[in-house]
Amino acid sequence: MPKASITFQDIGVTVTVPAGTRLIEVSEKVGAGITYGCREGECCTCLTRIVSGHEHLAAPSVLEHQVLKDNLAPRRHRLACQAQVLGGSIVVQPA
Amino acid sequence: MRPAADLERAVPVAAGVHWIGAFDPDLRSFDIILRTANGTSYNAYAVRGSDGVAIIDTVKLNFSETFFRRLESIADYDEITTIVLNHLEPDHSGALPELLRRAPGATLLVSPQARLMLKGLLDPAELAGRIAFVGTGDHADLGDRQLEFLNTPYLHWPDTQCTWLAAEGVLFSADFLGCHYCDSRLFNDAVGDFRFSFDYYYAHIMRPFRTYVRTALDLIEPLPLRIIAPGHGPILRRDPRDYVARYRAFAAPALHGAATKTLLVFYISAYGATRRMAEAVAAGAESASSAAGEVRVSLYDLEGGDAQPFVDLIEEADALLFGSPTINGDAVKPVWDLLSSLTMVDVKGKFAAAFGSYGWSGEAVPMIEDRLRRLKLRVPLPGVRARLTPTGDDFAACHDLGREVALHLLGRATPRTIDLAQLA
Repeated sequence: MPKASITFQDIGVTVTVPAGTRLIEVSEKVGAGITYGCREGECCTCLTRIVSGHEHLAAPSVLEHQVLKDNLAPRRHRLACQAQVLGGSIVVQPA
Repeated sequence: MRPAADLERAVPVAAGVHWIGAFDPDLRSFDIILRTANGTSYNAYAVRGSDGVAIIDTVKLNFSETFFRRLESIADYDEITTIVLNHLEPDHSGALPELLRRAPGATLLVSPQARLMLKGLLDPAELAGRIAFVGTGDHADLGDRQLEFLNTPYLHWPDTQCTWLAAEGVLFSADFLGCHYCDSRLFNDAVGDFRFSFDYYYAHIMRPFRTYVRTALDLIEPLPLRIIAPGHGPILRRDPRDYVARYRAFAAPALHGAATKTLLVFYISAYGATRRMAEAVAAGAESASSAAGEVRVSLYDLEGGDAQPFVDLIEEADALLFGSPTINGDAVKPVWDLLSSLTMVDVKGKFAAAFGSYGWSGEAVPMIEDRLRRLKLRVPLPGVRARLTPTGDDFAACHDLGREVALHLLGRATPRTIDLAQLA
Protein backbone atom coordinates (compact mmCIF):
# COMPACT_ATOMS: atom_id res chain seq x y z
CA MET A 1 0.00 0.00 0.00
CA PRO A 2 1.37 3.47 -0.87
CA LYS A 3 2.74 5.35 2.11
CA ALA A 4 2.76 8.99 3.07
CA SER A 5 4.31 10.96 5.89
CA ILE A 6 2.64 13.57 8.04
CA THR A 7 4.72 15.87 10.19
CA PHE A 8 2.97 17.47 13.14
CA GLN A 9 5.13 20.52 13.53
CA ASP A 10 3.75 21.52 16.94
CA ILE A 11 5.06 18.38 18.63
CA GLY A 12 7.97 17.54 16.34
CA VAL A 13 6.62 14.14 15.32
CA THR A 14 6.48 12.61 11.84
CA VAL A 15 4.18 9.65 11.30
CA THR A 16 4.32 7.25 8.36
CA VAL A 17 0.81 6.34 7.29
CA PRO A 18 -0.95 4.40 4.53
CA ALA A 19 -2.44 6.50 1.72
CA GLY A 20 -6.09 7.24 2.40
CA THR A 21 -5.59 8.08 6.08
CA ARG A 22 -7.41 11.15 7.36
CA LEU A 23 -5.32 13.64 9.33
CA ILE A 24 -7.48 13.35 12.43
CA GLU A 25 -6.89 9.59 12.66
CA VAL A 26 -3.21 10.31 13.26
CA SER A 27 -3.28 13.60 15.11
CA GLU A 28 -5.30 12.33 18.03
CA LYS A 29 -3.25 9.16 18.37
CA VAL A 30 0.01 11.04 18.40
CA GLY A 31 -1.26 13.70 20.84
CA ALA A 32 -0.82 16.68 18.52
CA GLY A 33 -2.56 19.99 19.12
CA ILE A 34 -5.06 19.50 16.32
CA THR A 35 -8.28 19.00 18.18
CA TYR A 36 -11.60 17.65 17.08
CA GLY A 37 -15.25 18.04 17.88
CA CYS A 38 -18.02 16.60 15.73
CA ARG A 39 -15.69 14.58 13.45
CA GLU A 40 -18.30 15.02 10.71
CA GLY A 41 -16.93 18.08 8.96
CA GLU A 42 -19.39 20.54 10.43
CA CYS A 43 -18.04 22.19 13.58
CA CYS A 44 -14.63 23.32 12.28
CA THR A 45 -12.92 22.51 15.59
CA CYS A 46 -10.23 20.52 13.75
CA LEU A 47 -9.19 23.37 11.45
CA THR A 48 -5.58 22.71 10.45
CA ARG A 49 -2.95 24.77 8.69
CA ILE A 50 -1.20 22.87 5.92
CA VAL A 51 2.35 24.19 6.12
CA SER A 52 3.48 22.22 3.07
CA GLY A 53 2.29 19.34 0.91
CA HIS A 54 -1.19 20.70 0.35
CA GLU A 55 -1.21 19.04 -3.07
CA HIS A 56 -0.93 15.62 -1.40
CA LEU A 57 -4.38 15.91 0.16
CA ALA A 58 -7.63 14.92 -1.57
CA ALA A 59 -9.61 17.98 -2.67
CA PRO A 60 -12.18 19.26 -0.17
CA SER A 61 -15.76 18.07 -0.55
CA VAL A 62 -18.58 20.56 -1.11
CA LEU A 63 -19.43 20.32 2.60
CA GLU A 64 -15.85 20.94 3.73
CA HIS A 65 -15.50 23.82 1.31
CA GLN A 66 -18.66 25.45 2.70
CA VAL A 67 -17.59 24.97 6.33
CA LEU A 68 -14.15 26.46 5.60
CA LYS A 69 -15.84 29.43 3.95
CA ASP A 70 -18.36 29.92 6.77
CA ASN A 71 -15.59 29.94 9.32
CA LEU A 72 -13.47 32.41 7.38
CA ALA A 73 -10.62 29.91 7.14
CA PRO A 74 -7.46 31.30 5.50
CA ARG A 75 -5.90 29.66 2.42
CA ARG A 76 -4.09 26.34 2.90
CA HIS A 77 -6.33 25.36 5.79
CA ARG A 78 -8.27 22.11 5.93
CA LEU A 79 -10.52 20.17 8.29
CA ALA A 80 -8.43 17.37 9.78
CA CYS A 81 -11.48 15.12 10.06
CA GLN A 82 -12.06 15.37 6.31
CA ALA A 83 -8.64 15.80 4.73
CA GLN A 84 -7.37 12.51 3.30
CA VAL A 85 -3.69 11.94 2.63
CA LEU A 86 -2.91 10.68 -0.89
CA GLY A 87 0.86 10.26 -0.56
CA GLY A 88 4.06 12.27 -0.31
CA SER A 89 5.07 14.43 2.65
CA ILE A 90 2.76 16.80 4.42
CA VAL A 91 3.56 19.21 7.24
CA VAL A 92 0.72 20.48 9.41
CA GLN A 93 0.09 22.80 12.36
CA PRO A 94 -3.01 23.46 14.47
CA ALA A 95 -4.78 26.53 13.04
CA MET B 1 -35.82 44.70 41.62
CA ARG B 2 -38.95 43.08 40.23
CA PRO B 3 -40.32 44.72 37.10
CA ALA B 4 -43.45 46.80 37.43
CA ALA B 5 -46.48 45.02 36.01
CA ASP B 6 -47.27 47.77 33.53
CA LEU B 7 -43.80 47.83 32.05
CA GLU B 8 -44.71 46.22 28.75
CA ARG B 9 -43.91 49.10 26.50
CA ALA B 10 -40.72 49.64 24.59
CA VAL B 11 -38.06 51.66 26.43
CA PRO B 12 -36.18 54.41 24.53
CA VAL B 13 -32.42 53.85 24.49
CA ALA B 14 -31.28 56.48 21.96
CA ALA B 15 -32.86 58.36 19.07
CA GLY B 16 -34.78 55.77 17.05
CA VAL B 17 -33.54 52.92 19.26
CA HIS B 18 -35.78 51.03 21.71
CA TRP B 19 -35.32 48.16 24.11
CA ILE B 20 -38.02 45.54 23.47
CA GLY B 21 -36.75 42.68 25.62
CA ALA B 22 -38.12 40.82 28.62
CA PHE B 23 -37.37 40.51 32.32
CA ASP B 24 -36.96 37.14 34.03
CA PRO B 25 -36.56 38.09 37.71
CA ASP B 26 -37.22 34.61 39.10
CA LEU B 27 -34.48 32.74 37.25
CA ARG B 28 -31.97 31.29 39.72
CA SER B 29 -29.67 29.28 37.48
CA PHE B 30 -28.74 29.78 33.85
CA ASP B 31 -27.38 27.18 31.44
CA ILE B 32 -26.89 24.92 34.48
CA ILE B 33 -23.47 26.47 35.19
CA LEU B 34 -24.40 29.95 36.42
CA ARG B 35 -26.19 31.08 39.57
CA THR B 36 -28.44 34.07 38.98
CA ALA B 37 -29.35 35.65 42.32
CA ASN B 38 -31.06 38.56 40.57
CA GLY B 39 -32.59 36.72 37.63
CA THR B 40 -31.80 38.04 34.19
CA SER B 41 -33.13 40.01 31.26
CA TYR B 42 -33.31 38.97 27.62
CA ASN B 43 -32.47 42.16 25.81
CA ALA B 44 -33.76 42.80 22.30
CA TYR B 45 -33.75 46.08 20.44
CA ALA B 46 -35.50 47.88 17.60
CA VAL B 47 -33.72 50.44 15.42
CA ARG B 48 -35.79 52.71 13.23
CA GLY B 49 -34.37 54.23 10.05
CA SER B 50 -36.02 56.28 7.29
CA ASP B 51 -36.44 53.14 5.14
CA GLY B 52 -37.37 50.53 7.70
CA VAL B 53 -37.02 48.99 11.13
CA ALA B 54 -34.39 46.51 12.25
CA ILE B 55 -34.94 44.11 15.14
CA ILE B 56 -31.77 43.08 16.90
CA ASP B 57 -32.08 39.76 18.76
CA THR B 58 -35.21 38.31 20.33
CA VAL B 59 -35.97 36.63 23.67
CA LYS B 60 -36.37 33.21 25.27
CA LEU B 61 -39.40 31.40 23.85
CA ASN B 62 -41.67 31.68 26.89
CA PHE B 63 -41.16 35.46 27.00
CA SER B 64 -42.25 35.93 23.39
CA GLU B 65 -45.59 37.55 24.18
CA THR B 66 -43.96 40.34 26.16
CA PHE B 67 -41.41 40.85 23.39
CA PHE B 68 -44.08 41.13 20.70
CA ARG B 69 -46.19 43.54 22.80
CA ARG B 70 -43.20 45.81 23.27
CA LEU B 71 -42.32 45.58 19.59
CA GLU B 72 -45.89 46.38 18.57
CA SER B 73 -45.81 49.49 20.77
CA ILE B 74 -43.25 51.12 18.47
CA ALA B 75 -43.47 49.44 15.04
CA ASP B 76 -45.73 47.57 12.64
CA TYR B 77 -44.55 44.19 11.38
CA ASP B 78 -44.64 45.35 7.75
CA GLU B 79 -42.09 48.04 8.62
CA ILE B 80 -39.51 45.45 9.64
CA THR B 81 -36.96 45.04 6.87
CA THR B 82 -34.12 43.51 8.86
CA ILE B 83 -33.75 41.01 11.69
CA VAL B 84 -30.28 40.69 13.16
CA LEU B 85 -29.42 37.74 15.36
CA ASN B 86 -26.10 38.49 17.01
CA HIS B 87 -26.20 35.12 18.76
CA LEU B 88 -28.45 32.12 18.16
CA GLU B 89 -28.56 30.59 21.63
CA PRO B 90 -32.22 29.86 22.53
CA ASP B 91 -32.47 32.68 25.07
CA HIS B 92 -31.92 35.11 22.19
CA SER B 93 -33.55 33.24 19.32
CA GLY B 94 -36.66 31.84 21.03
CA ALA B 95 -39.05 34.27 19.36
CA LEU B 96 -37.25 34.23 16.00
CA PRO B 97 -39.44 31.71 14.14
CA GLU B 98 -42.61 33.60 15.09
CA LEU B 99 -41.02 36.96 14.28
CA LEU B 100 -40.09 35.68 10.81
CA ARG B 101 -43.72 34.65 10.29
CA ARG B 102 -45.11 37.98 11.50
CA ALA B 103 -42.60 40.05 9.50
CA PRO B 104 -42.58 38.36 6.09
CA GLY B 105 -40.73 41.24 4.44
CA ALA B 106 -37.71 40.99 6.72
CA THR B 107 -34.32 39.54 5.88
CA LEU B 108 -32.42 37.67 8.60
CA LEU B 109 -28.78 38.72 9.04
CA VAL B 110 -26.41 36.44 10.92
CA SER B 111 -22.70 35.67 10.90
CA PRO B 112 -21.43 33.00 8.48
CA GLN B 113 -20.61 30.79 11.47
CA ALA B 114 -24.32 30.72 12.33
CA ARG B 115 -25.20 28.63 9.29
CA LEU B 116 -24.67 25.33 11.13
CA MET B 117 -26.75 26.32 14.17
CA LEU B 118 -29.59 27.71 12.09
CA LYS B 119 -30.18 24.21 10.77
CA GLY B 120 -31.04 23.18 14.31
CA LEU B 121 -33.43 26.07 14.87
CA LEU B 122 -35.39 26.64 11.69
CA ASP B 123 -36.67 24.76 8.71
CA PRO B 124 -34.40 25.83 5.83
CA ALA B 125 -37.52 26.14 3.64
CA GLU B 126 -38.80 28.92 5.92
CA LEU B 127 -35.62 30.89 5.32
CA ALA B 128 -35.38 30.49 1.56
CA GLY B 129 -34.43 33.82 0.06
CA ARG B 130 -34.65 35.56 3.44
CA ILE B 131 -31.20 35.15 4.89
CA ALA B 132 -27.85 36.84 4.40
CA PHE B 133 -24.54 36.14 6.09
CA VAL B 134 -22.65 39.22 7.25
CA GLY B 135 -19.23 39.91 8.68
CA THR B 136 -16.85 42.73 9.53
CA GLY B 137 -17.13 45.40 6.85
CA ASP B 138 -20.71 44.53 5.88
CA HIS B 139 -23.65 46.78 6.64
CA ALA B 140 -27.44 46.86 6.52
CA ASP B 141 -29.05 49.97 5.10
CA LEU B 142 -32.01 51.48 6.99
CA GLY B 143 -32.11 54.63 4.84
CA ASP B 144 -30.74 57.50 6.88
CA ARG B 145 -28.67 55.18 9.05
CA GLN B 146 -26.80 51.93 8.74
CA LEU B 147 -26.07 48.95 10.91
CA GLU B 148 -22.50 47.70 10.64
CA PHE B 149 -21.30 44.26 11.70
CA LEU B 150 -18.28 43.05 13.60
CA ASN B 151 -17.42 39.37 13.33
CA THR B 152 -16.56 38.42 16.93
CA PRO B 153 -16.69 34.62 17.10
CA TYR B 154 -16.57 32.53 20.29
CA LEU B 155 -18.05 35.13 22.59
CA HIS B 156 -19.19 32.58 23.59
CA TRP B 157 -20.47 30.57 20.60
CA PRO B 158 -18.93 30.33 17.14
CA ASP B 159 -21.74 32.46 15.69
CA THR B 160 -21.49 35.51 17.93
CA GLN B 161 -21.19 38.94 16.35
CA CYS B 162 -21.70 42.57 17.36
CA THR B 163 -23.77 45.18 15.56
CA TRP B 164 -22.73 48.83 15.49
CA LEU B 165 -25.06 51.77 14.95
CA ALA B 166 -22.61 54.57 14.18
CA ALA B 167 -25.34 57.22 13.95
CA GLU B 168 -25.99 56.90 17.69
CA GLY B 169 -22.76 55.33 18.90
CA VAL B 170 -24.60 52.21 20.06
CA LEU B 171 -22.93 48.81 20.11
CA PHE B 172 -25.29 45.83 20.30
CA SER B 173 -22.89 43.36 21.81
CA ALA B 174 -24.93 40.15 22.38
CA ASP B 175 -23.55 38.26 25.39
CA PHE B 176 -20.29 40.20 25.28
CA LEU B 177 -20.19 42.80 28.10
CA GLY B 178 -23.48 41.49 29.44
CA CYS B 179 -24.49 39.96 32.75
CA HIS B 180 -27.37 38.21 34.44
CA TYR B 181 -28.91 40.97 36.50
CA CYS B 182 -32.61 41.75 36.25
CA ASP B 183 -33.63 45.29 37.14
CA SER B 184 -36.46 47.07 35.38
CA ARG B 185 -34.66 50.39 35.75
CA LEU B 186 -32.60 48.94 32.87
CA PHE B 187 -29.71 51.41 32.58
CA ASN B 188 -26.43 51.10 34.43
CA ASP B 189 -26.79 54.55 35.98
CA ALA B 190 -30.22 53.63 37.39
CA VAL B 191 -30.08 49.97 38.47
CA GLY B 192 -28.65 48.51 41.68
CA ASP B 193 -25.02 47.53 42.10
CA PHE B 194 -24.43 44.80 39.53
CA ARG B 195 -20.63 44.75 39.51
CA PHE B 196 -20.44 41.24 40.96
CA SER B 197 -22.77 39.96 38.23
CA PHE B 198 -20.69 41.58 35.51
CA ASP B 199 -17.48 40.01 36.81
CA TYR B 200 -19.14 36.65 37.52
CA TYR B 201 -20.57 36.53 34.02
CA TYR B 202 -17.17 37.15 32.46
CA ALA B 203 -15.61 34.44 34.64
CA HIS B 204 -18.15 31.81 33.66
CA ILE B 205 -19.02 32.69 30.09
CA MET B 206 -16.17 34.61 28.47
CA ARG B 207 -13.09 33.48 30.36
CA PRO B 208 -12.57 30.22 28.41
CA PHE B 209 -12.43 32.35 25.26
CA ARG B 210 -10.12 35.10 26.39
CA THR B 211 -8.04 34.99 23.22
CA TYR B 212 -11.21 35.78 21.28
CA VAL B 213 -12.12 38.42 23.87
CA ARG B 214 -8.87 40.22 23.10
CA THR B 215 -9.49 40.03 19.34
CA ALA B 216 -13.00 41.43 19.78
CA LEU B 217 -11.73 44.24 22.00
CA ASP B 218 -9.29 45.21 19.26
CA LEU B 219 -12.32 45.79 17.01
CA ILE B 220 -14.46 47.51 19.63
CA GLU B 221 -12.04 49.81 21.41
CA PRO B 222 -11.53 52.21 18.46
CA LEU B 223 -15.30 52.80 18.16
CA PRO B 224 -16.70 56.11 19.51
CA LEU B 225 -18.91 54.27 21.99
CA ARG B 226 -21.79 56.11 23.62
CA ILE B 227 -23.91 53.13 24.65
CA ILE B 228 -23.28 49.40 24.95
CA ALA B 229 -26.50 47.45 24.56
CA PRO B 230 -25.79 43.84 25.58
CA GLY B 231 -27.99 40.77 25.35
CA HIS B 232 -28.40 40.44 29.11
CA GLY B 233 -28.38 42.84 32.03
CA PRO B 234 -28.13 46.61 32.26
CA ILE B 235 -27.63 48.81 29.21
CA LEU B 236 -24.30 50.56 29.69
CA ARG B 237 -24.79 54.24 28.91
CA ARG B 238 -22.72 55.79 31.70
CA ASP B 239 -18.99 55.33 31.15
CA PRO B 240 -19.33 52.43 28.70
CA ARG B 241 -15.58 52.40 28.16
CA ASP B 242 -15.05 51.40 31.78
CA TYR B 243 -16.66 48.05 31.02
CA VAL B 244 -14.54 47.57 27.92
CA ALA B 245 -11.45 48.35 29.99
CA ARG B 246 -12.54 45.85 32.63
CA TYR B 247 -12.75 43.11 29.98
CA ARG B 248 -9.32 44.13 28.69
CA ALA B 249 -7.91 43.72 32.17
CA PHE B 250 -9.65 40.37 32.69
CA ALA B 251 -8.37 39.01 29.40
CA ALA B 252 -4.77 40.15 29.80
CA PRO B 253 -2.20 37.44 30.51
CA ALA B 254 -0.80 37.46 34.06
CA LEU B 255 2.86 38.18 34.64
CA HIS B 256 5.15 35.20 34.30
CA GLY B 257 7.98 36.64 36.32
CA ALA B 258 11.46 35.92 35.07
CA ALA B 259 10.68 32.55 33.54
CA THR B 260 9.77 32.33 29.90
CA LYS B 261 7.79 29.10 30.36
CA THR B 262 5.87 27.59 33.25
CA LEU B 263 5.37 23.91 33.97
CA LEU B 264 3.09 22.66 36.74
CA VAL B 265 3.17 19.17 38.25
CA PHE B 266 0.03 18.14 40.16
CA TYR B 267 -0.10 14.90 42.08
CA ILE B 268 -1.94 13.02 44.77
CA SER B 269 -0.51 10.03 46.52
CA ALA B 270 -1.83 7.36 48.90
CA TYR B 271 1.46 5.79 50.07
CA GLY B 272 4.04 8.22 48.69
CA ALA B 273 4.87 6.38 45.45
CA THR B 274 3.14 8.80 43.11
CA ARG B 275 4.55 11.68 45.16
CA ARG B 276 8.12 10.46 44.59
CA MET B 277 7.33 10.01 40.91
CA ALA B 278 6.09 13.62 40.82
CA GLU B 279 9.33 14.80 42.40
CA ALA B 280 11.30 12.94 39.72
CA VAL B 281 9.14 14.48 36.99
CA ALA B 282 9.74 17.95 38.43
CA ALA B 283 13.48 17.34 38.71
CA GLY B 284 13.56 16.20 35.09
CA ALA B 285 11.73 19.31 33.99
CA GLU B 286 14.20 21.46 35.92
CA SER B 287 17.09 19.73 34.19
CA ALA B 288 15.88 20.88 30.77
CA SER B 289 16.73 24.50 31.45
CA SER B 290 20.11 25.47 30.09
CA ALA B 291 19.87 28.76 31.94
CA ALA B 292 18.35 29.49 35.33
CA GLY B 293 14.67 30.33 35.15
CA GLU B 294 14.17 29.20 31.58
CA VAL B 295 11.34 26.97 32.76
CA ARG B 296 9.64 27.66 36.08
CA VAL B 297 8.69 24.28 37.56
CA SER B 298 6.12 24.01 40.37
CA LEU B 299 4.90 20.99 42.28
CA TYR B 300 1.46 20.80 43.96
CA ASP B 301 -0.18 18.16 46.13
CA LEU B 302 -3.87 18.08 45.20
CA GLU B 303 -4.73 16.69 48.61
CA GLY B 304 -3.81 20.03 50.14
CA GLY B 305 -5.59 22.49 47.89
CA ASP B 306 -8.90 23.46 46.37
CA ALA B 307 -9.38 23.27 42.63
CA GLN B 308 -10.09 26.96 41.98
CA PRO B 309 -6.66 28.47 42.79
CA PHE B 310 -5.09 25.68 40.74
CA VAL B 311 -7.36 26.56 37.82
CA ASP B 312 -6.04 30.13 37.97
CA LEU B 313 -2.48 28.82 37.85
CA ILE B 314 -3.28 26.46 35.00
CA GLU B 315 -4.74 29.25 32.88
CA GLU B 316 -1.32 30.92 32.82
CA ALA B 317 0.82 27.79 32.57
CA ASP B 318 2.41 26.31 29.47
CA ALA B 319 2.59 22.65 30.50
CA LEU B 320 0.67 20.48 32.96
CA LEU B 321 1.56 17.07 34.35
CA PHE B 322 -0.86 15.06 36.46
CA GLY B 323 0.04 12.19 38.77
CA SER B 324 -2.58 9.90 40.22
CA PRO B 325 -2.61 6.43 41.69
CA THR B 326 -5.17 4.00 40.31
CA ILE B 327 -7.85 3.17 42.88
CA ASN B 328 -10.76 0.94 41.90
CA GLY B 329 -9.75 1.20 38.24
CA ASP B 330 -9.84 4.98 38.10
CA ALA B 331 -7.89 8.14 38.82
CA VAL B 332 -8.88 9.60 42.16
CA LYS B 333 -11.59 12.21 42.69
CA PRO B 334 -9.41 15.30 43.40
CA VAL B 335 -7.78 14.78 39.98
CA TRP B 336 -11.16 14.60 38.26
CA ASP B 337 -12.38 17.59 40.26
CA LEU B 338 -9.52 19.64 38.88
CA LEU B 339 -9.77 18.29 35.33
CA SER B 340 -13.51 18.93 35.26
CA SER B 341 -12.86 22.55 36.23
CA LEU B 342 -10.63 23.25 33.25
CA THR B 343 -13.48 24.06 30.90
CA MET B 344 -13.59 27.41 32.74
CA VAL B 345 -10.28 28.47 31.22
CA ASP B 346 -8.49 28.24 27.90
CA VAL B 347 -6.18 25.22 27.99
CA LYS B 348 -6.15 24.48 24.28
CA GLY B 349 -2.71 23.62 22.98
CA LYS B 350 -0.91 23.44 26.33
CA PHE B 351 1.49 20.51 26.69
CA ALA B 352 0.42 17.80 29.11
CA ALA B 353 1.30 14.32 30.38
CA ALA B 354 0.28 11.87 33.10
CA PHE B 355 1.97 9.46 35.49
CA GLY B 356 1.17 7.40 38.56
CA SER B 357 1.61 4.24 40.56
CA TYR B 358 -0.85 1.38 40.64
CA GLY B 359 -1.44 -2.07 42.11
CA TRP B 360 -2.67 -4.39 39.39
CA SER B 361 -4.34 -2.59 36.46
CA GLY B 362 -3.19 1.04 36.22
CA GLU B 363 -6.08 2.67 34.36
CA ALA B 364 -5.57 6.15 35.86
CA VAL B 365 -2.80 7.28 33.50
CA PRO B 366 -4.54 6.48 30.19
CA MET B 367 -7.82 7.86 31.54
CA ILE B 368 -6.16 11.15 32.44
CA GLU B 369 -4.41 11.26 29.06
CA ASP B 370 -7.71 10.72 27.30
CA ARG B 371 -9.34 13.53 29.26
CA LEU B 372 -6.43 15.87 28.54
CA ARG B 373 -6.69 15.19 24.81
CA ARG B 374 -10.41 15.84 24.86
CA LEU B 375 -9.73 19.12 26.64
CA LYS B 376 -7.65 19.93 23.55
CA LEU B 377 -4.23 19.80 25.17
CA ARG B 378 -1.22 18.35 23.40
CA VAL B 379 -0.19 15.00 24.85
CA PRO B 380 2.71 13.88 22.66
CA LEU B 381 4.51 11.65 25.19
CA PRO B 382 3.25 8.39 26.67
CA GLY B 383 2.69 8.53 30.42
CA VAL B 384 4.69 6.65 33.01
CA ARG B 385 3.15 3.97 35.22
CA ALA B 386 4.86 2.16 38.08
CA ARG B 387 3.55 -0.90 39.86
CA LEU B 388 3.41 -0.25 43.62
CA THR B 389 6.91 0.85 44.61
CA PRO B 390 8.66 2.66 41.73
CA THR B 391 12.01 1.23 40.70
CA GLY B 392 15.07 3.15 39.62
CA ASP B 393 14.00 2.64 36.01
CA ASP B 394 10.58 4.05 36.84
CA PHE B 395 12.10 7.15 38.40
CA ALA B 396 14.37 7.55 35.38
CA ALA B 397 11.31 7.34 33.11
CA CYS B 398 9.59 10.01 35.21
CA HIS B 399 12.69 12.20 35.02
CA ASP B 400 12.75 11.76 31.23
CA LEU B 401 9.04 12.56 30.97
CA GLY B 402 9.46 15.84 32.84
CA ARG B 403 12.56 16.72 30.87
CA GLU B 404 10.99 15.93 27.49
CA VAL B 405 7.86 17.97 28.22
CA ALA B 406 10.05 20.90 29.26
CA LEU B 407 12.16 20.53 26.11
CA HIS B 408 8.96 20.67 24.06
CA LEU B 409 8.17 23.97 25.76
CA LEU B 410 11.58 25.30 24.90
CA GLY B 411 11.37 24.11 21.30
CA ARG B 412 14.32 21.79 21.85
CA ALA B 413 12.63 18.40 21.76
CA THR B 414 14.27 15.87 19.47
CA PRO B 415 12.14 15.26 16.37
CA ARG B 416 10.70 11.74 16.23
CA THR B 417 9.48 9.55 13.39
CA ILE B 418 6.82 6.92 14.10
CA ASP B 419 4.90 4.43 11.99
CA LEU B 420 1.15 4.64 12.42
CA ALA B 421 1.09 0.94 13.29
CA GLN B 422 3.18 1.70 16.40
CA LEU B 423 0.51 4.00 17.78
CA ALA B 424 -2.22 2.47 19.88
